[in-house]
Amino acid sequence: MSAFLTLVGRDLARAWAGGSVTYTLAFFLLVAILFPFAIGPDAALLARVGGGVIWAAALLAALMPVERLIGPDAESGVLDQFAVRGLSMAGVAAAKIAAHWLAFGPPLMLAAVIAAGLLDLPGQTLLRVETGLLIGTPGLAALAVATSALVSGLRGAGAVAGLVMLPLAVPLLIFGAGSIEGGMGAVKLLAAVSLTLIAGAPFVAGAAMRAGME
Amino acid sequence: MSDGLAFHDVTCVRGGRVLFEGLSLAIGGGGAAIVTGPNGVGKSSLIRVAAGLLKPARGSVSGAPVRALMAEAAALDGERRLGVALRFWASLDGDDAAPGPRVAKALEATGLAALAAVPVRLLSTGQRRRAALARVVASQAPLWLLDEPANGLDDASVRLLEALVAAHRARGGTVLVATHLPIDLPEAQAIALERPA
Repeated sequence: MSAFLTLVGRDLARAWAGGSVTYTLAFFLLVAILFPFAIGPDAALLARVGGGVIWAAALLAALMPVERLIGPDAESGVLDQFAVRGLSMAGVAAAKIAAHWLAFGPPLMLAAVIAAGLLDLPGQTLLRVETGLLIGTPGLAALAVATSALVSGLRGAGAVAGLVMLPLAVPLLIFGAGSIEGGMGAVKLLAAVSLTLIAGAPFVAGAAMRAGME
Repeated sequence: MSDGLAFHDVTCVRGGRVLFEGLSLAIGGGGAAIVTGPNGVGKSSLIRVAAGLLKPARGSVSGAPVRALMAEAAALDGERRLGVALRFWASLDGDDAAPGPRVAKALEATGLAALAAVPVRLLSTGQRRRAALARVVASQAPLWLLDEPANGLDDASVRLLEALVAAHRARGGTVLVATHLPIDLPEAQAIALERPA
């Protein structure tokens, strides 16, 4: 357990120091700002599509750090060192998911408040968006780590990551945006998708990291 | 053999090519072996097999369960200070709650004590190699696996490396070194890898 916390601590420190948190949030807010420019300043329309805009922006922002989650560690021999110490790669992946969520989920939820202000969302909608993000972002973080492990070492890993990750994140988007209007049913399905991703991703990522060592 | 390392009839295949086959060796506590051979012959693969990172195509490897690996990559985070980066690994390695003193001692032993507060990315090649060596020294692992440890080291640092290995062996530790540069390890087994005919 203490090894797990040590790993989480290191990844968190790197995410903050490396600026990846700031970039991701800036990108999220930029995407959220782009929509009013594209749709026009119709407040009623913006308030209606705003929740969906935040979800789409969150998905795109989740892509930003993917290249840096596993690739650099595979390259610099850090994963080899974990394996020599007998740490299970699935456990390492679970720690990376936890750290990535901590550096990504809560800051994103804060930034969503700002985005909601820019889009003039009603408070009720914002509350539902925040609830959805709280449930959905762990799944998104798990998917990001699994994708990162799968594409690490590839040339143009960032572009491939988008092609791998976005289709798999569509259920999160559907039920996340759906939970704003759809009520409890969509929230439960969102939680189910998120849980599935969290349960499966460490093993996918672990196997991919193992395979990358051969 | 709990502190040693043994290969039993190990064959290593990479990318469909046989690098070495039927290799057996046994190093006991306090012993050392030095693997030599031309580039591409499988020295690094042999180290990775010993570290458990590569599965041998045939045969098996046994030995001390706790191993320290010094590979080509230093595995230290470039943006963190050297002392902090080493403490991360030391806290994973030891059972004791105080990795700090161990890291300080390892930095002292590798002549890096003055650089503890310098970010790893600013270190020179040789300093980074010595930092990787410091990670091995601080690990307290009985079995050291060193892949080209003398790369990028000046003469004085190679002497330092030899002294550290000797001290580790005197404590009953075991060392497996792969190198193409001359490193003086008294009474070390020589394992010369050759290209299969």
